[in-house]
Amino acid sequence: MAKKYEAGVKDYRETYWQPNYEPLDSDLLACFKITPQAGVDREEAAAAVAAESSTGTWTTVWTDLLTDMDYYRGRAYRIEDVPGDDSCFYAFIAYPIDLFEEGSVVNVLTSLVGNVFGFKAVRALRLEDIRFSLAYVMTCNGPPHGIQVERDKMNKYGRPMLGCTIKPKLGLSAKNYGRAVYECLRGGLDFTKDDENVNSQPFMRWRDRFLFCQDAIETAQAETGERKGHYLNVTAPSPEEMYERAEFAKEIGTPIVMHDFFTGGFCANTGLARYCRKNGLLLHIHRAMHAVVDRNPHHGIHFRVLAKTLRLSGGDHMHSGTVVGKLEGDREATLGWIDLMRESFIPEDRSRGIFFDQDWGSMPGLFPVASGGIHVWHMPALVAIFGDDSVLQFGGGTLGHPWGNAAGAAANRVAVEACVEARNRGMDVEREGKTVLTKAAEHSPELKIALETWKEIKFEFDTVDKLDGTNR
Amino acid sequence: MSDMQDYKSSPKYETFSYLPAMTPEQVKAQIAYIIANGWNPAIEHVEPSRAFNYYWYMWKLPFFGEQSVDAVLAELDACKRDYPGHHVRLIGYDNYAQSQGMAFVVHRG
Repeated sequence: MAKKYEAGVKDYRETYWQPNYEPLDSDLLACFKITPQAGVDREEAAAAVAAESSTGTWTTVWTDLLTDMDYYRGRAYRIEDVPGDDSCFYAFIAYPIDLFEEGSVVNVLTSLVGNVFGFKAVRALRLEDIRFSLAYVMTCNGPPHGIQVERDKMNKYGRPMLGCTIKPKLGLSAKNYGRAVYECLRGGLDFTKDDENVNSQPFMRWRDRFLFCQDAIETAQAETGERKGHYLNVTAPSPEEMYERAEFAKEIGTPIVMHDFFTGGFCANTGLARYCRKNGLLLHIHRAMHAVVDRNPHHGIHFRVLAKTLRLSGGDHMHSGTVVGKLEGDREATLGWIDLMRESFIPEDRSRGIFFDQDWGSMPGLFPVASGGIHVWHMPALVAIFGDDSVLQFGGGTLGHPWGNAAGAAANRVAVEACVEARNRGMDVEREGKTVLTKAAEHSPELKIALETWKEIKFEFDTVDKLDGTNR
Repeated sequence: MSDMQDYKSSPKYETFSYLPAMTPEQVKAQIAYIIANGWNPAIEHVEPSRAFNYYWYMWKLPFFGEQSVDAVLAELDACKRDYPGHHVRLIGYDNYAQSQGMAFVVHRG
């Protein structure tokens, strides 16, 4: 029977709290960590978040009755305690797939993390995870090439790839910058990288940088007989300029470009990823600004959501944190989201912070990139944690070698190969890392000096955002 | 500057080419790793002058289902005898990932 229109304000729970709801396979599911205002009960707060992130507004409107609101609304269907923290709770919300434009992570985020984050009934709100249904995944473009194609194009098998961010990050001329690239690549790295804030400043315009770096790549390839790349940063003030830079990168025959997906935005990123697939460019993704939204355990968006969203938007590499270096990262949680980047099906696993099964179907995986404050002594742990399908990036750990970039690069390359060789023989390289590296250094003076240079450096700050259950 | 060494570069051939050439025992450990992963061993070889190309000559066909480490090692040596001066590389084809789980030059030409 048709409903009557009654103006006024209703409790959200009357419409948006539905504990008996069985989510559909096609639904998008979200897990929010809600810290409610005093006096707001859990069901009402969860229902409010469901409403404000889907069809609801603060008062009833007559036009609600012109559509099938029962179909279109988001539903809060489950509430759980957060282990070890009673200031907040988890709310699970299901959204019908028709709420979202196909292939648009922009639209998904605008709904799920839009107005609701400023909503008065909650004191703080954090989006912990999203289950993208396979039906929705299939509407997205995903990584331009993915792990398997990149390995084939770059001819790198059976080991992590090595990279290095060129420093100083700002102030070098294009030609001097290209020199630093060349030295790293001839010494044995697979890739070098523009730092994220290298775009097109007065001291080094993008076109000059692209040409000198491409010369460095080609010279190093001829010298070593190995395939090399430099992530040419095409992040730009506007999409038009971004495409102009990507177009030029393609014309000069470079293998890979890079983009900052968060500051550049998902709209630009998705467009660039499509361009890269169409034009045969690999795409490295940097994540500047992520810690602004993902570091606070009670408010913002968890990085695993950003990683999933980026996989849908498109990228062949993405920074994942290192676990062992100078930047943030809890080991189990990191293992969780690097699986979300690489694997085809990732089961729910709360010990890794994964709230839902995630099925990517045939969407390619991308390489996690470990970068920041790491050096040769970290290599055994990195190989053990990340495995072969990863890019390990040593900036200071290459450029800071006492004999220069080429020697630093060679030290890292010898170290990674020694660790992989030992691992394949069945050795526990994390435990016996020192033996492996010391033995490898007998044949590599570059590695020997590197081991002496960095022995004392350690980063042992506690992580701010640990998995729930331990963050008290 | 006297304690600083100049970096000498030489042609390389991807994975494990920055380590000293392996002994037969070390090679056997890597073959065992390929087999233990369920990958299919294969051998390729090429003149060093065209080593940069993606495609090298196949030595026979990949050894689908081969479980004997010694049999693979014997094929590596047979390939080297037939093509002295060529690079000879060992590959582990991972048909699940549709990729190569590993590939490295065993005999350096």
